[in-house]
Amino acid sequence: MNVWTGQPRAQALEDDYLDGNALAGPLSEVFSIDITAALGTCGGCGAEGAIAEARLYVNAPAKILRCPSCGAVLLRLDEREGRLILDLSGFKNVTIRLE
Amino acid sequence: MSGAWKAADVVGLREETTTARTIRLRLPAPVPALAGQHIDIRLTAPDGYQAVRSYSVAGATPDGFEITVEELPDGEVSPYLVRDLAVGDQLEVRGPVGGWFVWRAEDSGPVQLIGGGSGVVPLMAMARAHAAAAHPAPFRLLYSVRSPESVFYREELESLAERETFDVTYVYTRKAPDGEPAGRLDKGTLARHVLDGGSDPAVFICGATGFVEAVSGWLLDLGHAPDRIKTERYGGMGGTS
Ligand SMILES: Cc1cc2nc3c(=O)[nH]c(=O)nc-3n(C[C@H](O)[C@H](O)[C@H](O)COP(=O)(O)OP(=O)(O)OC[C@H]3O[C@@H](n4cnc5c(N)ncnc54)[C@H](O)[C@@H]3O)c2cc1C
Ligand SMILES: [Zn+2]
Repeated sequence: MNVWTGQPRAQALEDDYLDGNALAGPLSEVFSIDITAALGTCGGCGAEGAIAEARLYVNAPAKILRCPSCGAVLLRLDEREGRLILDLSGFKNVTIRLE
Repeated sequence: MSGAWKAADVVGLREETTTARTIRLRLPAPVPALAGQHIDIRLTAPDGYQAVRSYSVAGATPDGFEITVEELPDGEVSPYLVRDLAVGDQLEVRGPVGGWFVWRAEDSGPVQLIGGGSGVVPLMAMARAHAAAAHPAPFRLLYSVRSPESVFYREELESLAERETFDVTYVYTRKAPDGEPAGRLDKGTLARHVLDGGSDPAVFICGATGFVEAVSGWLLDLGHAPDRIKTERYGGMGGTS
């Protein structure tokens, strides 16, 4: 069933978003620790924040995490047909606190 | 394909409201859950099509945990969980996961919880953990909800609130009990009912995306520090209950 939004594509997809928190499940497939609590530095504007605090767009085919300060794409997660493709290239770096 | 998914048994069901119910799950092996974490649930159709959705853990049980699901009438997954799922069925579950939107008993400071609709679920997990630990920190819950009939966990919240350290305020957005006002949460009401920024509370906000967006903005206006506010957005820009 399709429901048309009456909005151009970009805007319709921009509207609804979650927190990076919601990536904890899929990323638990990849990392042995909870990576959403790690601190990421945006490669675009240099803003720092927990991955859990960035904006997660899930209405596209891949999940896209964007910097809350400048909107740059930080992370792309594409889960399809038994494969998971993780693109972290939007981060300058990610700092993990070791307990 | 992945070792993260486990089959959980549905061992109990409880109606919270006419559109929401609590599902008690038993896992093959006990797993620890932090208050505020969520799980992912995966459903599979006869043709192999799968859908994954996240649900907050409402509370731990000896062999698993409970979740509470609100039905979105046109939703793909929630009507099945609220209407059709039966005791004895199995759900594929991943988690509990998430180390950010959690309250830990080591944190000694005051806590302000703010929930809209089903956003109360992870906050209830925190309130339960706080009570179970007989924790001395002041806890306050502001619960924005459509009507008195839409309140989850009403009796338990009332009994938690008998304790000195826990307080709950309801804001009814559509229909209030006689003599009380109904209307959407606004900045003024928020300011009257939450711990003020001066006491430096940890703030947890959860609910539809539109609700979380509005409330976190008002709290910043009211002088709360951005790094003391943690949010969990459930999706839905329109939903601001
Ligand atoms: C971390 C996390 C924890 C969650 N915990 C819970 C929980 O404890 N209990 C619970 O009931 N739900 C919870 N949710 C929401 C849940 O994952 C689903 O989004 C919800 O059940 C709807 O799924 P659906 O398949 O029925 O609807 P879908 O077929 O996915 O369609 C839902 C549509 O409504 C919108 N929508 C989603 N959520 C809301 C909302 N709250 N209000 C208004 N519109 C909305 C979506 O953007 C979408 O357009 C949580 C979400 C996240 C990210
Ligand atoms: Zn940025």
